[in-house]
Amino acid sequence: MSVSLLIVSHSAKLAEGVAELVAQMHGGQQDGATFKLLPVGGMDDGGLGTSPTRIHAGLTEALQGGGEALILMDLGSAYLSSTLALEFLSEDERLRVALAEAPLVEGAFLAAFEAASGADLQRVQTAAQEGRDLKKIT
Amino acid sequence: MNSAQTRQFLQLYAGSIHAHAQQLTDLDAAIGDADHGSNMERGMTAVLAALPERGTPAELLKSAAMTLISKVGGASGPLYGTAFLRAATSAAGKEDLTPQDVAQALQAGYQGLIERGRAQPGDKTMLDAWEPALHALPQGVAAAAQAARTGAEATRTMLARKGRASYLGERSIGHLDPGSVSSALLFEALAQALEHNT
Repeated sequence: MSVSLLIVSHSAKLAEGVAELVAQMHGGQQDGATFKLLPVGGMDDGGLGTSPTRIHAGLTEALQGGGEALILMDLGSAYLSSTLALEFLSEDERLRVALAEAPLVEGAFLAAFEAASGADLQRVQTAAQEGRDLKKIT
Repeated sequence: MNSAQTRQFLQLYAGSIHAHAQQLTDLDAAIGDADHGSNMERGMTAVLAALPERGTPAELLKSAAMTLISKVGGASGPLYGTAFLRAATSAAGKEDLTPQDVAQALQAGYQGLIERGRAQPGDKTMLDAWEPALHALPQGVAAAAQAARTGAEATRTMLARKGRASYLGERSIGHLDPGSVSSALLFEALAQALEHNT
């Protein structure tokens, strides 16, 4: 069972950039056999914003074949849009999704390590949330 | 409230948002990210464009909800989208909504806003227009619209506890909450659409 990471940002560039950076740190494996890094940024018209319909599409891709998904978010309404996207899933699908209370870059970075090792959703979520304590200067 | 009145409500609301877009954006510039008017205007224009030719009140509300959800970036899309969606679910299957049906649909929309936004009345949000409006609704939609407007005005002295404005702390005091003002416009449009028939 693989856990894919949804990188949800108001900016398409930011979402893609985080996915690019994290993939690079995991040996450039952006769309490997074990887990997927799915950037979901911006609106359909190219503007800034978080789109529940795009997040739903990303979740559907992640959940294919019984997969699980962890949602990482940038700011503010990314959370509103993500919880609304969850309402469009079936009960069974919803149980295979978790939201990370974590900073986007650090959370995605740490979550990817666990996801790549084949950890379950709860462990990947816990890893992402440890990103809150990741130090840059010490 | 039948299909024609539901359509008229959405048209009146879109027109009102268009007329007040600059005001909403100016309010948002003071304590938010200066896009509430333009976001809502783009959203409601898209709502009218995508509205089906025919349909029950619930089907029209659901169409409006899905358009707002897919077109409006920022918090107002998911919030108004949720309110319209829950109202549509509440009203499903009925050709003509009684005043009780309308009250239930609005109540369902309000509950949706609370769940989605995790806010409470007094947090300086849309809820501060919705809560007094629903409280006044037994006296009629016109009374509800008036209460929504009074509620929106009352956000001026409130400290923002949700959304971007909450990062401003004390500096959020002295400004109206843009979402409460666009919510007052919603209840005014609803009252206008229903006034000849209730």
